[in-house]
Amino acid sequence: MNTIEVKNLNFYYGNFQALKDIGIAFQEKIITALIGPSGCGKSTLLRCLNRMNDLIEGVKISGEVDFKDKNIYSKNIDVVELRRHVGMVFQRPNPFPLSVFDNVVYGLKVHGVTQAFRLEEIVERSLKATGLWDEMKDKLNSIATELPLEQQQRLCMARLVAIEPEVILMDEPCSALDPIATAKIEELMFELKKKYTIVIVTHNMQQAARVSDCCGFMLLGELIEFGTTSKIFTSPDNQKTQDYITGRFG
Amino acid sequence: MKNTKEVVIEKSLFLIALSAIFMLFLIAIFIFKEGTPLIFKVGFKNFVTSSKWFPLEGQFGIFSMILGTLWITAGALIIGVPLGLSCAIFLSEFVPRRIMAILKPTIELLAGIPSVVYGFIGMVVLVPLIRENLGGPGLSILAGSIILGIMILPTIISISIDAIQAVPRSYREGSLAMGATKWQTIHMVVLKAARSGIVASIILGMGRAIGETMAVIMVAGNAVKIPRSILDPARTLTTNIALEMGFAAGDHRQALFATGVVLFIIIMILNIIANYAVRKR
Repeated sequence: MNTIEVKNLNFYYGNFQALKDIGIAFQEKIITALIGPSGCGKSTLLRCLNRMNDLIEGVKISGEVDFKDKNIYSKNIDVVELRRHVGMVFQRPNPFPLSVFDNVVYGLKVHGVTQAFRLEEIVERSLKATGLWDEMKDKLNSIATELPLEQQQRLCMARLVAIEPEVILMDEPCSALDPIATAKIEELMFELKKKYTIVIVTHNMQQAARVSDCCGFMLLGELIEFGTTSKIFTSPDNQKTQDYITGRFG
Repeated sequence: MKNTKEVVIEKSLFLIALSAIFMLFLIAIFIFKEGTPLIFKVGFKNFVTSSKWFPLEGQFGIFSMILGTLWITAGALIIGVPLGLSCAIFLSEFVPRRIMAILKPTIELLAGIPSVVYGFIGMVVLVPLIRENLGGPGLSILAGSIILGIMILPTIISISIDAIQAVPRSYREGSLAMGATKWQTIHMVVLKAARSGIVASIILGMGRAIGETMAVIMVAGNAVKIPRSILDPARTLTTNIALEMGFAAGDHRQALFATGVVLFIIIMILNIIANYAVRKR
C-alpha cells in the first residue's frame, strides 16, 4: 500500500526549477532510499513530503503530494497536524538544548500530553525503541547537546518515535557520523521499519544498498529510475543509473 | 625586523587596553576615597537606613533614595521588559527580513535621542496625563518608570533580536518537523536557547535605568521622602547627586560621593545576582 504518492511535482527556488515533474510512490513500512549526486533535488523532494520547504522564502510548487489519499498541498490541510504524522530526522543531529528527558517529551507536550506518569512511560519506551535506554536511563537530566553525535541522532529519532508518526523522513541521517555510529543507526532503521514508513535521502550508495527496499535515482531535478533496490543496483534499466551506481560520475 | 614590529604593536595594544582598565580603577578609587570617610563618620547602617536627609544640619540618610531608585528601576523593567521582548520576538520571528532590516536600525535610533528630550516629553505630556487621570502631583514614580521603560527599549529589543537570531535554524526545523506550531517553537525552544542573550539585554537595560539621571530629575518629583505609592514623587540616588553637587561643600559634598558609593554597590549586587541567575539554569 502506498503511504505517500507524489504526482507531477514541480518545485522552484525563485526561477530555478529544482524538481521536474516528479512522480513517485512510497510504500507502507518499508525503507525507500533516494540517491543521486549533490544538488539533484533529493533533499528538496524529501522536504516537500512534510512541507518543510514552506519555511523558505520565495519557493513555488505545483503538482500533488498525497498522504493517505489527501493532497497535503490543498488549501484545507493543517500543516501542523501533517507534520505530527510525517516526522523528520535531519542531517546534523539537532536535539534541543534541553535535558534528554525534555527532548523526548517535547513532541508530547506540544500535542497536549502532560500527565507525568504517561510521559515517563513513553520516554522509557521511546529510548528503548531507539536502543538508548541502557545508556541514558541514569542521564535523563543531562543536556542533550553535550552527548556524542551518534547518541544525539538516536535521541532525535527517539523524540519522533515518542509521538508515533506514520512516516519518518531522514535527510542524510548518518553524514555527520563515523562508520561505527552509522552501522548502529542503520540497525535502528531496520527496527523502526517494522512500525514506520521510512524515506531516507543518502549520498552514500552502499548505505542505500544495505538498508533500503526500494530506491529512486535522481539527477538534475528529475527522477531517472525507481524500483526495488536489488533491481536498481544489479540491473538498472537506465544507462545513467548504471553509470552512477558503478561510480562513473557523481 | 618584522618581529620587533610585531612586539611593539602587541605591547602598545596591551598598554592601551590596560589604560582603559586603569581609568575604571581610578574612578572607583576616587569615588570611594571621597565618599567613605563620611560613611564611617555617620555609620554605614545609619547612612543607608535613615531617611532623614538634612545636609545643612549634618543629617545624612539616603534610605528613601535607595527605595526611590529600586522602585523606579523595577517599574521601568516591568514596563520595558515585556514590551521590548514582545517587540523583539515579533520582529525576529514574524516580520520578513527585508522589513526587519529597516525597523531594527530605526528602533536603535531611539537610543540616540538625548535623555533630556525624553524628560521633556515626560514633563509636558506624561506628567499632566497622570495628574489629571490618576491623581497625585503627576511628578511621580509612575512617570519616571514609564519614561525609563521607554528609554531602555532599544537596548532590550536590539540585543534580544541578536540573541534570537543567533539560535540555530536547526532547532526551529526540528521543532516544526514534530508538528509544533510556530508559537510553541518560539517559547519552548527558541526563547530557551536565546535565554542568556535575553537576560544580558535585560541586565544592560537595568543598568541604563539605574544610571539615568536627567530624564528622572524632570519627571519623578525629587521629593526626599519614603514613597507610599507609585503616584508619589521620589528621588533616586543619581538625581540626588546631580541636584545637589552644584552647591555642596564639606560633609555635604562627601555625602553625595557616599551616595555614589552606595549606587556602585547596588549595581554590583544586581549584576552579580543577574549573572548568577543566568549561569545557574
